[in-house]
Amino acid sequence: MIIVEPKSFEEIEQMTKGCGRLLVLGCETCSAMCFAGGQRQVAEIASSIRMSKKMSQDQTEVLDDTVARQCELEFLDHVKDKVAACNTVLSLSCGAGVQTMAKMFPDRRILPAVNTKFIGRATKRGEWMEMCMACGDCILERTAGICPVTRCAKGLLNGPCGGATGGICEVSKDQPCVWQEIYHALKRLNMLHYLKQKPQVKDWPVHPDKVVRKDLREVGAT
Amino acid sequence: MSFRESLESGKFLVTAEVGPGKGTDVEHLLKDADIIKNRVDAVNVTDLQSSVMRLGSMAFSHLLTDMGIEPIFQMTGRDRNRLALQSDLLSAWVLGIRNVLALTGDHPTMGDHPHAKPVFDLDSVSLLEMINKLNSGYDMAGNELKGVPEFLPGAVVNPGADNEAALDLQIMKMEKKIEAGAKFFQTQAVYDIDLFEKFIKRVEGFKVPIIGGVILLKSAGMARFMNKNVAGVLVPTPLIKEMTDTKDKVKKSVEIAARIVKRLKNLCQGVHIMALGWEKTIPAVLDQADI
Repeated sequence: MIIVEPKSFEEIEQMTKGCGRLLVLGCETCSAMCFAGGQRQVAEIASSIRMSKKMSQDQTEVLDDTVARQCELEFLDHVKDKVAACNTVLSLSCGAGVQTMAKMFPDRRILPAVNTKFIGRATKRGEWMEMCMACGDCILERTAGICPVTRCAKGLLNGPCGGATGGICEVSKDQPCVWQEIYHALKRLNMLHYLKQKPQVKDWPVHPDKVVRKDLREVGAT
Repeated sequence: MSFRESLESGKFLVTAEVGPGKGTDVEHLLKDADIIKNRVDAVNVTDLQSSVMRLGSMAFSHLLTDMGIEPIFQMTGRDRNRLALQSDLLSAWVLGIRNVLALTGDHPTMGDHPHAKPVFDLDSVSLLEMINKLNSGYDMAGNELKGVPEFLPGAVVNPGADNEAALDLQIMKMEKKIEAGAKFFQTQAVYDIDLFEKFIKRVEGFKVPIIGGVILLKSAGMARFMNKNVAGVLVPTPLIKEMTDTKDKVKKSVEIAARIVKRLKNLCQGVHIMALGWEKTIPAVLDQADI
């Protein structure tokens, strides 16, 4: 999922100063899983903003709501009346959600309440780890499902750099050398010979990267 | 005899290393190079070693060619993408540089500009492939070159990897480097000769010349520092004790290095002496090792 972290309340307070009627809008998918943008965080942030506005004699109303997914236009339909009734939306979604909102409601200001960090997973409660850089050229079939592009500090494709000590990466000193992890995983699967393959030099996508829907249909049809 | 000819002749090679400093002052480095000029086959010039911003490897390599010393131009993938790397190689060739050591490079976080963007567009293996492509008359995109270089590409290997997985991975990567065109290897510093011998036994079938690394031990403190901070370097306790007990550190340092060089003579095709500023002691090391 997309990992996000809440911005500080000071930053949100600054951003929403004089913003007019405000809708605090959560996202029940990734943001909620990160404890940063689900119903509970929406309620907390909306109430903090109300209190802050009250203290500064600001009478503007603060509404709140949550959608299942802010990154898809279809899911935004049910809040369109609420958005229409406000001047500004504080989105608790990732960058894709904020931009989808801005696309759907071009004459409303959409403010981000979280910082989007990476694609990853929760390693324990309150801790997330980056797993995928969305490089657009997946090689996980050759690396036992462990991504060196993301998890090797240098993103190396041909094996480790030789800097690991005691199996620990010399750059990220709290992480194992991901190439040694790949080695052990491939060995378990009796696939060590995969390490001898020489991958192509990585081609970096032209920014902004996109998949054209037409291509997806073609893939689906075959 | 050029470095390539010496390498191909099978003779025992001696290479040394200079690391340009921060700034434009090259006088002392040129002096150091002059001292060892007649005792070495080539001199490596490091590429922003330890990710610290310094004078460049290409410029200093060129200064060495002016002095009649053959440089081994070290090139890492850390700071330049494939456009800049290829262009710099062509530039190096027209400046008289013939040997390239292809490295991945330390991560910028290890140096004095830790927030620099790490590039690593090419790693050591793909860098070697690219050098071979240039040698064959084409750039990485397949465009034909007008005027073709004939670089001698080399690579590094760390024989002291500290566990089975790390060592297996080093050796697999070494094979990839050979396949990608590496014509010689220089190694991380060797202190534990028995361990190095085991490594050599594993890779002797590759039939590629290996030049064993020797770092002059300047003090017991330096040895302990390397044991703690330099991956793959392990200075055995008795050597540290020798450095602690001696009254004359330079003399002891030379003696230890000469001992290592002597043993390496029987195991590999050369030694790469990293004197780290003590270049003036290199002739004594070679004398004591009967080279």
